Amino acid sequence: MLKDITIGQYFPGQSAVHRLDPRMKIILTMLYIVALFVADNFQGLLLSAVFAAAGYLISGIPLSMIRKSMKPVIPIIVFTAVLNMLFVEGREIFRLGFLKITLEGVVLAVLMVTRIICLIAGSSLLTYTTSPIALTDAIEQLLAPLKRLKMPVHELAMMMTIALRFIPTLIEETDKIMSAQKARGADMESGGIMRRAKALIPILIPLFVSSFRRADELALAMECRCYHGDEGRTRMKQLRYAPRDFMALGMLAVLLVLVLLFNRIFPSMY
Amino acid sequence: MDAIISAKDLVFSYPGDTELALDHVSLTVGKGDLVAVLGHNGSGKSTLAKHFNAILLPQGGVCYVDGINTADEDRLLELRSRAGMVFQNPDNQIVATIVEEDVAFGLENIGVPPEEIRIRVDEALTDVGMYEYRLHAPHQLSGGQKQRVAIAGIIAMMPKLIILDEPTAMLDPRGRAEVLETVIKLNREFGVTVLLITHFMDEAAACRRVVVMDDGRILLDAPPKEVFSHVSLLKQVGLDVPQATEIIHELRRSGINLPDDIITDEECVEALSSLLASSGKGGGRA
Repeated sequence: MLKDITIGQYFPGQSAVHRLDPRMKIILTMLYIVALFVADNFQGLLLSAVFAAAGYLISGIPLSMIRKSMKPVIPIIVFTAVLNMLFVEGREIFRLGFLKITLEGVVLAVLMVTRIICLIAGSSLLTYTTSPIALTDAIEQLLAPLKRLKMPVHELAMMMTIALRFIPTLIEETDKIMSAQKARGADMESGGIMRRAKALIPILIPLFVSSFRRADELALAMECRCYHGDEGRTRMKQLRYAPRDFMALGMLAVLLVLVLLFNRIFPSMY
Repeated sequence: MDAIISAKDLVFSYPGDTELALDHVSLTVGKGDLVAVLGHNGSGKSTLAKHFNAILLPQGGVCYVDGINTADEDRLLELRSRAGMVFQNPDNQIVATIVEEDVAFGLENIGVPPEEIRIRVDEALTDVGMYEYRLHAPHQLSGGQKQRVAIAGIIAMMPKLIILDEPTAMLDPRGRAEVLETVIKLNREFGVTVLLITHFMDEAAACRRVVVMDDGRILLDAPPKEVFSHVSLLKQVGLDVPQATEIIHELRRSGINLPDDIITDEECVEALSSLLASSGKGGGRA
């Protein structure tokens, strides 16, 4: 069950999407999200969806990964859909007691769900095709101007890198601790929410303790490898914008313009 | 032979501990040597190792590594780039999420230009036989492979001395063999001085010199053949001897004539088969 979590999982590759500058990929993702929220009709959203699908095709990431990354947000999707259906005023198409579903509500629900799916798919594409370190580097560089305001940008980036590095390790360890506690008779599957939450304590405490031990050892190992903050630090991989980065930016600009155009041509769904 | 480590009268005790973790330890290690430090838990072997790259500073005595006083704070980075350290748990010393970026970590910290980092990372990964794995994530590797990546991260910095603190303690037999082979290769082919802290006797037997520690003191310091001839002394301080040595020792005790300097399996097989061959001949004559 724990192995299904895919956020922050990188699929190494050599596709055009993979080779885009990570800074540009972050900017593109942000613009993509803007486009999703600007679009107020199906045509615009469908175009955005096609855009994301094209990104997946070019990158060679299987489309089934979208389904996987969608799993954790299913409750949010359902919640949004239900709320929209029930509470948007308009032509009634179904009624059960005091609950009524309107046509406008259904339309809006579909719109919102499409938007959320595109949002998750688009931002997952960023993490699937960009190594977490490249991502952190990019964030560090994009935020570099804030260093002048005494913001600990490098330190934050390093913390993110380490967090990302240890996610798989800690997941593995959680699995091990769970097996160990089950072998000792711990029951994690039955009972109400309170009981299940209580059953997590014997898993969380060993995990917590071992994380501290790991942190301690890692800090020592980093010091032994001459880590002393970002003063005088160089990077093996230098980030440089290439022509393809500007091409991708151009394509996203086209998407934004088309979405805006569609907003004028087609009726708004709100 | 020039000395790379020269430690005199090191004294150290951990805060809140009345016993000395290091009790006036002196040790000199020559350049290019391959030294094993043996001892049971709490014998002070890790504490001693941590003095050689200034993780711990001596409370008494002085410690020079490659001519640098380890207490000299201004030369700390220089010292640590010359004396690299590999730890027991491979998971807790890999910082980056991609193998090659982890190997580059130390070089980035000391400000090596990017083009040179690239070259040295590729060389280091080739040296430990992990070049094909350069784009893998650490959690996709076996324990032995992770430990080799950690070693690559150290040798990329081109240290003169590598200290390995029980690098094989958490590995399976295959991983142990991989790591030991890599360490010996580094010493033989590149002339790096290696200080291998271990509690595996067969690993110590593969070194040129063995230092046995007990209670914060150096008990024995000699080539492996000589150290392992002290079977009963080693057992007294809670250490084993290599299996081959133990068999020969027991056979000698029951009056069978065998050489007393056997430490590897091959030597043991040879000695036993020549013994059997000669007794076979003797039996035929009688």
